[in-house]
Amino acid sequence: MTAHMTMGTTMDGIYLDNNATTRVDDEVVTAMLPYFTEQFGNPSSMHQFGNRVGHALKTARGQIQELIGAAHDSEIIFTSCGTESDSTAILSALRAQPNRREIITTNVEHPAVLALCEHLEKDGYIVHYLKVDMKGRLDLREYQALLSDKVAIASIMWANNETGTLFPVKKMAEMAFDAGVMFHTDAVQAVGKVPIDLKRTAISMLSISGHKLHAPKGIGVLYLRRGVRFRPMLRGGHQERGRRAGTENSAFIVGLGKAAELALQHMEEEQTRVRDLRDRLEEGILSAVPHCFVTGDPDHRLPNTCNIAFEFIEGEAILMLMNKLGIAASSGSACTSGSLEPSHVMRAMDIPYTAAHGSIRFSLSRHNTEAEIDRVIEAIPPIVAQLRKLSPYWGADGPVENPEAAFAPAYS
Amino acid sequence: MWDYSETVKEHFYNPRNAGAIDGANATGDVGSLSCGDALRLTLKVNPDTEVIEDAGFQTFGCGSAIASSSALTEIIKGMTLEEALKVSNQDIADYLDGLPPEKMHCSVMGREALQAAVADYKGEEWKDDHEEGALICKCFAVDAVLIEETVRANGLTTVEEVAHYTKAGGGCASCHEGIEEILAKVLAEAGATFDPEAAPKPVVEATPAALVAGMTGVQRIKKIDEVIESLRPMLQADAGDVELVEVMEDKVYVNMKGACINCQLASVTLNGIQEKLVEELGEFIRVIPASQLAKGPAKKPAMVPLGELVQS
Repeated sequence: MTAHMTMGTTMDGIYLDNNATTRVDDEVVTAMLPYFTEQFGNPSSMHQFGNRVGHALKTARGQIQELIGAAHDSEIIFTSCGTESDSTAILSALRAQPNRREIITTNVEHPAVLALCEHLEKDGYIVHYLKVDMKGRLDLREYQALLSDKVAIASIMWANNETGTLFPVKKMAEMAFDAGVMFHTDAVQAVGKVPIDLKRTAISMLSISGHKLHAPKGIGVLYLRRGVRFRPMLRGGHQERGRRAGTENSAFIVGLGKAAELALQHMEEEQTRVRDLRDRLEEGILSAVPHCFVTGDPDHRLPNTCNIAFEFIEGEAILMLMNKLGIAASSGSACTSGSLEPSHVMRAMDIPYTAAHGSIRFSLSRHNTEAEIDRVIEAIPPIVAQLRKLSPYWGADGPVENPEAAFAPAYS
Repeated sequence: MWDYSETVKEHFYNPRNAGAIDGANATGDVGSLSCGDALRLTLKVNPDTEVIEDAGFQTFGCGSAIASSSALTEIIKGMTLEEALKVSNQDIADYLDGLPPEKMHCSVMGREALQAAVADYKGEEWKDDHEEGALICKCFAVDAVLIEETVRANGLTTVEEVAHYTKAGGGCASCHEGIEEILAKVLAEAGATFDPEAAPKPVVEATPAALVAGMTGVQRIKKIDEVIESLRPMLQADAGDVELVEVMEDKVYVNMKGACINCQLASVTLNGIQEKLVEELGEFIRVIPASQLAKGPAKKPAMVPLGELVQS
């Protein structure tokens, strides 16, 4: 370690897990602090204490409106997190259109959408899960065939959190619009990383999570296009024009506003410098490590994400050895989640188990540096080699011949 | 991040006996492909003594799978096959100073590899009789398959019964929804429906004070009166007397009469009555002179009509 500490090098580590969460930007913290102390008023109050906070919320709403290109600032509804935004959107569509009992989504969505849909199935709703191919791509003909007047909402993520693969949501929203179906997108991974201009789309609803773009955890947004029929999930006070009751989380809203402003300022950098760092990392690893490959659709993905499957070894073991060197990333292996199955995204793409368990997601941010990336490129090959030495699928100098047959344990 | 013990980490970072051993005469291959763990255990067994002279492992798996494999080989080296077969998965976990509940299956895999290797040595075929499902109860590491089989085998119908039979759901209770779903599924197979109302009502924690000694309020007062009545002849012999005035929770108010009034030993007498009551009722009781009982209901502050306030 050099004495110099960059923002990406927090404490003594290299943080490449920005799709999990991001560091709150120092400017965001500075913007938030007054709203805990001197600017403590309730924005609903009829006095100067409340009024000043009310103005700050308006500013934040405008900053987010600008980042996502919403036509009106009243289309921004503040929530507590991305999950709340997703639930609100889907449940609203069902309650507003009780005669429509079907939902279209994909089998690679975030659990915030998937677990809700599985729960709704128990209540008698019919959920169609669009399949993906080996590169994580959708078949729009399958989607087109499902759109009907029985469908309450299509909920399709903008970018996949594990692979970074981008779905053609603008096109899919138009297809839904033409079929008279509401369209929601979980865009928590996309907002701040790719340019978005909602007023030029047919998207009805969109979810944002603050902590994915250098705002704090515990704040989110539901974008609700003007005129889209809506039923609130939380009823109570008149906050958010009655669409999301509960006293506004003012400090965090101010923080998210500032983070949105910064994300817009850095959008170009995200598309160039961050993308270059990601590509450098990917090329560096692929050229030094045999038997590994990029998962997802490399031609259509977030500029910050790279998911590499290392064959014949397991992800948690890789992460633990990386962690020992201070490098943070995440894995689609079963063991990192506490479930017994590898990531549903890897399974949906039909990645073989021996590779799915060894998939590692590197997700960068504008705080990462070239020096960090070079250190990671240096660190990974020996880690992979060390674990392969222990693997029953690996021989002296490569995978054993016909690995699946050479080691075929009694599986339970 | 898993909360691994230092021993688990140590065995993961510096695994013992890694790799296949030369001259092995027993091999056990086990694993769970979907859960991402697989283990090959190779042993060198002395044919005369059946002592395991060397053991090696190759593991495809997470940190705790590698650590469990390493621990297993350390434990069994030098043991006879018979001794080795007595090693349980809990022994492996204990050797590592514990494993998180979600990771206990790693130690199970170690034990199964050992069984498979011994069977291989003896020329038998080892069959895995253990099926693993999604982890439901994280407090006691109980999976869905075990719960389902137990429900079916014992005709269980409530979450409480499941907790009694499997321990699942007996801890933090956050898995009760999952257990209810399993009950609903198994009961539906038998054409029955799961009825959450069938469960016994949760015990109210605050037991009425009167029931402390296993009596109702009336029974308790009668008992107190009985005890006091039994003491009266003794006091009357000294020209005194006592009467029960009021019972309020653990406070028993009595009136001392006759020679007891102004008696120097009145407090000693009260203590004696108290001791007897405590002994007879089996609960703590304070005996207090009725003179300390508040006279009449406390006076409520008078309400001032709003109109008067405005006028004044």
